[in-house]
Amino acid sequence: MSNNISTGITNTSAPLLKVTNLQVKLPVAAGTLNAVRGIDFEVQRGEMLCIVGESGCGKSMTSMALMGLLPQRANITASQLNFDGAELLSLTERQRSGLRGSRMAMIFQEPMTALNPAYTLGNQLCEVLRRHRKVSRQQAKERAIYLLGKVGISAAEERLDQYPHQLSGGLRQRIMIAMALMCEPDLIIADEPTTALDVTIQAQILRLLRDLQREFGTAIIFITHDLGVVARIADRVAVMYAGEIVETADTTTLFNAPQHPYTQGLINCIPTPGKTPPGSRLQAIPGVVPSLIGEVKGCAFRNRCSRAEERCTTAPALIQATQAHAVRCHFATSPVPSTAIPCEVLHESHQR
Amino acid sequence: MKATSVEPTPYALELCGLSKRFTLGGKMFSKKRALYAVSDVSLRVPRGQVMGLVGESGCGKSTLAKMLLGLTPPSEGDVLIQGKSITHSDQKTLARHVQPIFQDPYSSLNPRRRIGDIIALPLRLHTTLSSQERSQRVTAMLDLVGLPKRATQQYPGQLSGGQRQRVAIARALIMRPDLVICDEPTSALDVSVQAQILNLLLDLKEEFGLTYLFISHDLAVVEHLVDRLAVMYLGRIVEEGSREQIFAAPKHPYTQALLASALTPDPSLDIPDLGLGSVQPDPSRPPAGCAFHPRCPQSSPECRERRPSLPPVDLHGTGRVACHFA
Ligand SMILES: Nc1ncnc2c1ncn2[C@@H]1O[C@H](COP(=O)(O)OP(=O)(O)OP(=O)(O)O)[C@@H](O)[C@H]1O
Ligand SMILES: [Mg+2]
Repeated sequence: MSNNISTGITNTSAPLLKVTNLQVKLPVAAGTLNAVRGIDFEVQRGEMLCIVGESGCGKSMTSMALMGLLPQRANITASQLNFDGAELLSLTERQRSGLRGSRMAMIFQEPMTALNPAYTLGNQLCEVLRRHRKVSRQQAKERAIYLLGKVGISAAEERLDQYPHQLSGGLRQRIMIAMALMCEPDLIIADEPTTALDVTIQAQILRLLRDLQREFGTAIIFITHDLGVVARIADRVAVMYAGEIVETADTTTLFNAPQHPYTQGLINCIPTPGKTPPGSRLQAIPGVVPSLIGEVKGCAFRNRCSRAEERCTTAPALIQATQAHAVRCHFATSPVPSTAIPCEVLHESHQR
Repeated sequence: MKATSVEPTPYALELCGLSKRFTLGGKMFSKKRALYAVSDVSLRVPRGQVMGLVGESGCGKSTLAKMLLGLTPPSEGDVLIQGKSITHSDQKTLARHVQPIFQDPYSSLNPRRRIGDIIALPLRLHTTLSSQERSQRVTAMLDLVGLPKRATQQYPGQLSGGQRQRVAIARALIMRPDLVICDEPTSALDVSVQAQILNLLLDLKEEFGLTYLFISHDLAVVEHLVDRLAVMYLGRIVEEGSREQIFAAPKHPYTQALLASALTPDPSLDIPDLGLGSVQPDPSRPPAGCAFHPRCPQSSPECRERRPSLPPVDLHGTGRVACHFA
């Protein structure tokens, strides 16, 4: 199925999505919430980028800003929000809704937020396709059945007549994935798609998503707080903290040679079977995330960072450790001379 | 297990054939039917140990926890705490022996009460301590759980999630219980805060010689914390044994799938292929025979017809498994 909505000349070597200095501000009772504070990232065609971070760090705001689903009162600015040659912020609402579901699709944590309880699954799946493509009812139905088979749902024909509430959480999430794939989008944004599921079901859904991504060459932005998921599924990782991306790297580098103290802390604070002796004390990150209401001065992590010193009161720039590894920290080194790695980090990475 | 023995029982908690039946439907057109949230669970938790309880959503973990806390009566079977049946104990006695820590530090604390009053409430209800004695105990407890003294004057809404969970822990421990039921105590918390709370739970266990029943979905956390582990599927225990036994060599196919699906943060590993059916059964219509057979990669005709039974608890804590192939 070919796309008949094109937003520009498709240049296959350019990134599919390029984000520069994206900021999202939300008015709240106590002032302005600086939810996303100037982030930069790219997504290549067919790539799985994981955005990892804790609650309130701005990862969902980022995905909603990309989809154009933030409420009116949100103030979104960016130097670039370029999707396959088109500047998203200068498109009309009509053009953006033409992209949604068609060239960029979203999978939510709770599928019931996206499924309408009053319509059959068949209705909802076909509607997505018929809204964006000139296809007959029968063609739409055939594609729905084909995709239900792809996402591992048996007796697909019968399922089309069922309603969302008749399915388990795991099945609903499969339906969401099928729905996201209906128009063969270039980009899928999956926001914590497996967080509400049992671990056995999670493993099945993750495998499915990864296999379909490879088969269809779809780029995926996968948002999660779970480092275990990130390690197994991502090509590249962006770590968010307090509205900023503090580190980006390919997955192996991020886990084997993290440079930002927050990334290091996140990796070290979860018990790792076989490495953390059972019952031993865990390396907790002290303190809590700062409030993002009002201006944040200096490095946002410094009140929890064991290495913080005077210069951390000024905001660190993004340091390019290697071409594919960037770190927002005054201590980051580029390129890494072995003597500059603090001994505890060196020790850690040998253990791991 | 007899209360006649002079030796105190070595078990902080014993469950004997415990079941909980709910009745569904019966309104309008739907027919009444029974749902066994917990079926015939027998388990012993040695004093001072941590017993983990895992299993998928809806398998009956929280229902089991509520029976131990006296929050809901069992339909069948009995619960013994420190060798005494709780069936006939009053709330006061029960509160001295067993206390809960729940998942959600947001909804389990009364938003209109100050932290000091929240923590002191069990003392007011269940002891005759003077208000001065109570406030001394509260201050000491705040210190133990790592909260500043001024927190006594604050309200839950003014605290972070991690701090609220510290309050819930302080409230649970103020009665100096022997047994603490932790129902997903860290799953609502951020990863970076989770480690603080787990460390605190480990420290307090040492300090007070506590016994924990620890319910969690996070298998890495479970492996880190527990001495023994019970695996539940559709209301029944399907495997139980020591941490070493179960994590090194899980015997039940469900336990095997569950452990395989835990994703350690190791980028050199792939997403596991469990070879498992994905349709989770309806607890009010459990499959005949072994309840796991529709999803089990090894199921045989026998599994469809005959339910494998779990061997009884023995004195040595030998591992138990309910599977025809184990
Ligand atoms: N009051 C009730 N009336 C009827 N059914 C109930 C009631 N409470 C629980 N159940 C059912 O009992 C079963 C077990 O529920 P329970 O809450 O114990 O599961 P759980 O293992 O704690 O799940 P989770 O991991 O999602 O917390 C479920 O099928 C649930 O729907
Ligand atoms: Mg529960």
